[in-house]
Amino acid sequence: MGDGTEVDVSELEQMARRCRVDIVKMTHAAKSGHPGGSLSAIDCMVAIYGTCLRFDTSNPDWEDRDRFIMSKGHASPAMYSILHQMGVLDEDDIMGFRTLGSVCQGHVDMNWTKGVDFSAGSLGMGLSFGLGCALAAKMDSSDRRIWVMLGDGETQEGQIWEAAMAANYHNATNLRVIVDRNRIQNDDFMDVQMEIGDIGEKFRSFGWTVKEVDGHDMSSLVDVVDWANSEDGGPVAIVANTVKGNGVSFMENNPSFHGMAPDDEELRIALEELS
Amino acid sequence: MSAPSSGGASRDGYGRGLLRIAHDPRVVVLEADLGKSTKSCHFRDEYPDRTVSLGIAEQNMMLFAAGMASSGKIPIASTFAIFTERAFEQVRNGIARPGLPVHICGSHGGIHTGTDGSSAQSIEDLAIYRTIPKMTVIHPCDDISAEELTAQLLDLNGPSYMRTARNKVPRMYEDGSKLKIGSGSVLREGGDLAIISCGVMVGVAISAAETLSRESINCTVVDMHTIKPLDIELIAKLSDSCGAFVSAEDHSVIGGLGGALSEWLSTNTSTPLEMVGVRDNFGQSGASSELMELMGLNEAGICEAARRAISRK
Ligand SMILES: Cc1ncc(C[n+]2csc(CCOP(=O)(O)OP(=O)(O)O)c2C)c(N)n1
Ligand SMILES: [Mg+2]
Repeated sequence: MGDGTEVDVSELEQMARRCRVDIVKMTHAAKSGHPGGSLSAIDCMVAIYGTCLRFDTSNPDWEDRDRFIMSKGHASPAMYSILHQMGVLDEDDIMGFRTLGSVCQGHVDMNWTKGVDFSAGSLGMGLSFGLGCALAAKMDSSDRRIWVMLGDGETQEGQIWEAAMAANYHNATNLRVIVDRNRIQNDDFMDVQMEIGDIGEKFRSFGWTVKEVDGHDMSSLVDVVDWANSEDGGPVAIVANTVKGNGVSFMENNPSFHGMAPDDEELRIALEELS
Repeated sequence: MSAPSSGGASRDGYGRGLLRIAHDPRVVVLEADLGKSTKSCHFRDEYPDRTVSLGIAEQNMMLFAAGMASSGKIPIASTFAIFTERAFEQVRNGIARPGLPVHICGSHGGIHTGTDGSSAQSIEDLAIYRTIPKMTVIHPCDDISAEELTAQLLDLNGPSYMRTARNKVPRMYEDGSKLKIGSGSVLREGGDLAIISCGVMVGVAISAAETLSRESINCTVVDMHTIKPLDIELIAKLSDSCGAFVSAEDHSVIGGLGGALSEWLSTNTSTPLEMVGVRDNFGQSGASSELMELMGLNEAGICEAARRAISRK
């Protein structure tokens, strides 16, 4: 889909629902992985992939594609579910998640999976990588856009703010960040671990243009993504207020499901809720 | 920026090497507020559009470089050797793991750096970068070889780390000398012992070999400018022809050139090796020459090591 196409919000919602099904099935099969942060991120990712990301599913290496840098690489099930729904990965690929030799590695990896633009797993690095991609695009006079998804806990890494500072100085007008503001990190809620406060305000103080959005309201997400793409005054950040585990009742706002897979019974309930 | 004919600092060669490959539009130079010191400043003067200043923020620089490399550029990033180490995990996970052709230059390596003192004297960089899969690790000995090896980075289809030195040392090469990444350069031939050296110790090794020849100990001297991949073919040949080795480096004896040699020799031969290098110690402020004497990185150190190695044959 390209800019200006009529967007069918309910179709995007259906795609997000199918992605959620993939996420719980994949993590259940692997008996490990990170469902919580995948479920919180998925609506944002569907809004971006489904409306504006220029990406050729038959040629994922197309060099003038837009880039999607999944910096919070543990939410790999979200990435794989999108690639599955778009036809880049098949059912066997995603169900092999985390097994020996699988194209679906534990954390997203550009060498293992077609359609993945960044090898993540170590938090705090993706925004710098995205900035490198953004300035390379400018040097090549290419209009490709770079989207970077960050976790909110991830913004505790100092390197994020090194990159935020550099992005504004270098006028990275083709760089867009979306922060999955689910207020939970690995061990617990952020306000227990180390609350970082107003993330949008911090980006703003580094010269970014920022908007907040309900990260599970598809029509608002479509609007804010469209707005971000129309902004050309500098780098843009979207803070998406989300719920970790969104869409599966017992995972919602539950820090335990950051890095724990559903068991058989939990899978049954989850699939029922998502049907 | 031309060095006097009597000597050259490898960092100057790096600066000139960048200019030699500037014709390739993929080359992008990245700086972390030390361009005047690492000598990338000359590239900046001529090609400001392909030079990116990233401030005093090395971790960001490494991943920025990775992003550029993933977009078809050949980024070359420099800072002091010691400050590349702050971003070690970034280099490991962000650059080497995906195998991106990012070239890192750490200047001011070794205790030869001198008066700045121990905080600036990286004595472990060669060791740590050598442990990373896919990394090429290079340490030239003078400006001429540094220029040539920098120019060859263009053809290297993976990540690399090059250490350069701050101070001028006697030149080992002439303009137009042939040398190649991955192949040790034999600078002197002798059948009793092989001194395998790198960086500022190459010149010291040559003088030591001259001294030893007066004792009828005839030494081969190799400039092993590429520490990884190590030139095993040459080492195997010298193991047969000389039967004893000394390693000489301005670096810890743990894990650097001596470490690399000992790993190979001990698992493949019974040929003795003695190491000259920093003995698990930090440096301090002082003139290069004073520090090299103090820490045994000198001609006497190499000569003693040579006699020990020969007595173990
Ligand atoms: C540098 C680094 N430190 C620690 C970890 C371990 N880790 C994996 S996920 C995570 C929490 C991430 O929280 P957040 O960014 O909020 O992600 P989300 O809530 O979206 O899952 C941690 C600490 C890591 N992957 N990288
Ligand atoms: Mg979070």
